[in-house]
Formats: sequence, structure tokens, C-alpha cells
Amino acid sequence: MIPVAPLLELEDVSITYAARDGDVPAVRGVSLTLEEGQTLGIAGESGCGKSTLAAAVLRLLPAGARVTGRLALDGEDVLAMSWGRLRAVRWSGASVIFQGALHSLNPVQTIGRQVAEPIVIHGLADESGARAKVGELLEQVGLPARHADAYPHQLSGGQKQRVMIALALACSPRLLIADEPTTALDVMIQAQVLDLLDRLARDLGVGLVMISHDLSVLGSACQRLAIMYAGRIVEEGPTAQVLRTAAHPYSAALAASFPTIGDPAARRRPRGLPGDPPDPRDLPSGCAFHPRCPVVLPQCATDDVRLRPVADAWQAACVRVAAP
Amino acid sequence: MSAPILAAEGLRVAFTARKGAVARAVDGVDLAIERGEILALAGESGCGKTTLARTLLGLEKPADGQVTFDGAPLQYSTRALKPYRRRVQMVLQDPTGALNPRQTVYESVAEGLRIHRVPGDEAARVAEALALCGLRPPERFFTSYPHELSGGQRQRVVIAGALVLEPAVLVADEPVSALDASVRGEILALLLRLRDELGLTVLVVTHDLGLAWNIADRIAVMYLGRIVEIGSTEEVLGDPRHPYTRALLSVVPESEHLEQVVLSGEPPDPTRVPAGCRFHPRCPALAGGEADRAGVAADCRAGSLPVLPSGGGHRVACLLPDAP
Repeated sequence: MIPVAPLLELEDVSITYAARDGDVPAVRGVSLTLEEGQTLGIAGESGCGKSTLAAAVLRLLPAGARVTGRLALDGEDVLAMSWGRLRAVRWSGASVIFQGALHSLNPVQTIGRQVAEPIVIHGLADESGARAKVGELLEQVGLPARHADAYPHQLSGGQKQRVMIALALACSPRLLIADEPTTALDVMIQAQVLDLLDRLARDLGVGLVMISHDLSVLGSACQRLAIMYAGRIVEEGPTAQVLRTAAHPYSAALAASFPTIGDPAARRRPRGLPGDPPDPRDLPSGCAFHPRCPVVLPQCATDDVRLRPVADAWQAACVRVAAP
Repeated sequence: MSAPILAAEGLRVAFTARKGAVARAVDGVDLAIERGEILALAGESGCGKTTLARTLLGLEKPADGQVTFDGAPLQYSTRALKPYRRRVQMVLQDPTGALNPRQTVYESVAEGLRIHRVPGDEAARVAEALALCGLRPPERFFTSYPHELSGGQRQRVVIAGALVLEPAVLVADEPVSALDASVRGEILALLLRLRDELGLTVLVVTHDLGLAWNIADRIAVMYLGRIVEIGSTEEVLGDPRHPYTRALLSVVPESEHLEQVVLSGEPPDPTRVPAGCRFHPRCPALAGGEADRAGVAADCRAGSLPVLPSGGGHRVACLLPDAP
């Protein structure tokens, strides 16, 4: 039997932006795989490279960004795709919901026309077929089909975010990348949108990569978690383990900054992490996290530890994890 | 017992929306904030929490009712408001927007002293406020511009700008929602320390119940212009009685023990406040028949609920009998 390629495979991906005052390494050697129907959350602070990574999957980075390593969708190398092939894969193979995307709807076009556009362009249906499909998509994301005739200003933020999800699903992609899909939304609407994404992954078998700075959102929506710091994944594993018994001190600090309500240890004891994330142009020696690490050891200033296995399907890049 | 430091009595604030509709943003609120307490005002967008905070600050004039400071009703002449504004200071959500990008840290913090013609050593006061907010040594930050600081440092500068005037009350509107996770805990710890060391009273407006669990002594939950539940943080979050508080708490990813109750529909519209209990169209207890069995369903739909009185204890604006 031929082994089936995973839906998304990243192998030692590095991304460098060229800036006037020198190169900025935004992503430094990230490897990941995602299978159909799986949900993966990528968490980290601003500037850790998580959005850059999302944009790279469909080659949406600005000119001047250099990508090395291997990036494959369904076994097909994204970096080697021709423009024509790439255009076909965008929307139908994988689609991205960007941060603040609810502002990217065209204010002078109806919702229906905007959702139909990729369907018609990709030749999946003619105008009338696309109209029917739009109604279906809107209902799939919990909006009445008649909203196809509405303009964006007639919808609330939560409804617009649902339209963005419908749009991302228009060409039945197998992979959905959502960059901060709920950041601008209220808690109740956020719960509705997270429910929806979860249902899509389960019912349609869509692979879902969700990116957020909010670990509590990812914790409730994703099976696996990857924590990024300074362009690297520092821990990756099953969500519950990473949140409760993190192997990397950075993951632990990040998890502790979102308190569990009712937990006496968090009551009147807000916890954060002193210091700021490093400037990617001027990374600390050794482990990039060592200047902020609460449990730093002398060798951390010199040893650049890569991911080590913690347990089955769980790895962390810390000197405190026993070397294999 | 001495008068509360800041109080609302029968407060109503209305705005004229499009087409002459009147939005009853704050629709009958009694609230007493005691000296040296941290009170969290929680609720969804559009519930009126920010309008209530702005009215307490004297930035909005109530249509009815009054604000009292130290027992005396607030006067709305410019002359009377100026000293009041020195005593009750505000901290906004986005520190980047709150600071003038062309002013140094020193100028930003000293501005309030100059406006209020505070006598004495200006540089010493600025240095003291910065140090109090954890920017040490303060002189190092005097000549910095906002773009040279991290998000957390900027919020510390904003807080220093408020504290330099030695206010009695700090009103913070979503003080950490624009900040990175690891910085969030540091800023919350700062607010807690300022209360402990200076006896500062803090009103935190937030949608984030985890924040309330971290620092607040009491929580008031708002829905559609009214406070629906108020009590100590332990009472409200540990034993929520109002069906709205329960639903809100159940969708917060940080709470794990409750079964999720996702309210359908959008946040309610203050231009169309329903008759009866204003939560009844979305109330799971009414829809689930609980109110019927208790014999209060008719009152939920059409009766009138009195405004929750201010004062201590756990109070709930709900007709169901298990609400205390």
C-alpha cells in the first residue's frame, strides 16, 4: 500500500523577511503535520511568527520573504507549484480566514455575490448553481439563506465572521487555516463561532489550524497545541497535557496567564511573565527563551536545545526534558 | 459607615440613535463602590458597561439619577468637573492609542500635572509615578518615545500618567485586552499592588471573567443597561444565580465545570428593551420550562423587576425562587 500523505506537512520551514536594516528571521525551522479532521492550535505572543507561518502555507507572504524547507499540501510541494496550480489550490485545497477579516468584506456588494465569486471563478458551478450553493453555505454556518441579499453593514460582527467562514468553505477546501478567528468577537459569539469550527472539523473532515494568542480559546477548540516562541515551536502535544502539565517553562507561563475560574491558586494572584519577547534580529544566545525563563540553568545561555520527545506524540524544546 | 467613594443612584443614560430611536444604554443602575475595593463590571458588548463607567467619570451626563463622589452629588459645570477629574482617573484599553506618539514618556506623564497646575517638583513626581508602575529606573524612560516601548511598558506609562495626580479612583476600561498574554498578568498584578499599597479604588470594565477572578473583590454583571447580579467574586463566579451569569460563565473557556449554555442570537439592542425581565427572550430557564414550573413565567414576560439596590451581599435580579 502506498502511504497516504498527510493533509499538511511542514518540514524544517524557515521564513526570513528582508528589511532595510538586515534580515529578520520570523520562522526558524518549524516542522508540523496535520491529518484530515484534526484540529491544531498554534499559540504564541505577537511577533512569534505564527501569522507568518499561516500565510506561508498558501504562499501569501509579501515579496521579499524567503521561505526554505518543505511545505506540502496533500503531499504536493507548495513552494514548487506553478502560479496556475497555486491559484487552483487556494480556496479549493486550503483556505485562510485572516485576522480582522470581517473588515475585508466589500461594503458595496451583497454577501451572496461575494460568497459566490470564488465558486464561479473556480468553475465549480454556474451563476444559478452558485446561488444555490451560497444558500447552503450560509445555512451551514448558522445564517439564514436570505442573508445572501444583505450588505455587510447590515450584519453584526459575529454574523460577518460567519460569512467569512462560509466564504472560506465556498470551494470545499480540505484544510482551513483560521488566524485569530474570534479575537474581535464577544464571548457569547466567540463560543458560537468556536462551536461552528469544531462541527466543521468533525462533520466535514476539514483539517483545521487555528492561530491565536489566546490559549484559552485554543484549549477549548483544538485537539493538539503547538506553542511558538521567537520563530520556533517550543512545545507540541495533546492540548490537555500541554495546558495542564506543560514541559516547557514558556508554555507553562502562557497557560498560567489564563486563570481557571474557581482555581484558588489563581485568586488574587495574576501571573505573567516578566520581560518582553526578543527582537528577532537580535536573538539571545542558546535557548531564545533563557533571559525570561523562571527556571533557567547555566547551560541555557549556550545550548540551543531542539524538540525532544516528552511522551507519545508530545515534544518540547527544553534542556529539562531528558535527551533521547 | 462612611459614604461609598463613588456611587450611582437610579442612573439612566440614553442616546438618540438613528431615525430617532432612543438607546437606553444605562437603564436604572444603583451601584456603590467602596473605598479601596476592586470592582469588576462585566458583560457583553452593548450591555452598557462602558457607558456606565463614562458616566461615573463625568464624561456623560445622566438623563436621570445621579453620581455621587464621597457622598456629594457630581456637578456638571466645567469648573466643578476639573478637580473631580483629578480624583477619578481613567485608563483605556489600547495604550498605543492613548499615548501621543510625538511626546516622550516624561511629557505624557507630566501633562496631567501641568493641566492641574500641581505645585512641587514635577520631575520627582513623574519619577515616582513611573517607579510605582514598575518602570525602573524611571529616569531611563524619561526621554523614550512610545514606539520604543513594548505594549506592557506603554500601558505602565498610561497608568503612571493617571497615578501622578494621586487619584482616589482609577477606572480601567479593558486594561489588558490589547496586551499579550504574558504581559496581562503583570499589569493585573500592578493594579492589585496599587490597591494594596495606595488604597486606590479600582473599577475595571471588562468582558473577561478570568480577569475578575484574578483581581476583583466584587463583580457586577450587566445586561442591557441593568446590573443583573452583583456580589463577591467568589459568590458570583462560584455560585452564579442569574441565568445570564450562568450562561456567560459557561462559555468562558477558563471555566471548566459548567455545562455549556450558548445563548443563540446576537447581543440585545438597547433601542428595543423587551418588556418584563429584559433577559427573558434569551433566557434558558424560561425556554426550558423552569420558570413555568416555578409559576413565574408570566411575570418574566410582562411583569416588572425592581432595580437591584446597591449595598453589600449577593443580589440577583431574577424572579426564579432559587435566586436569593
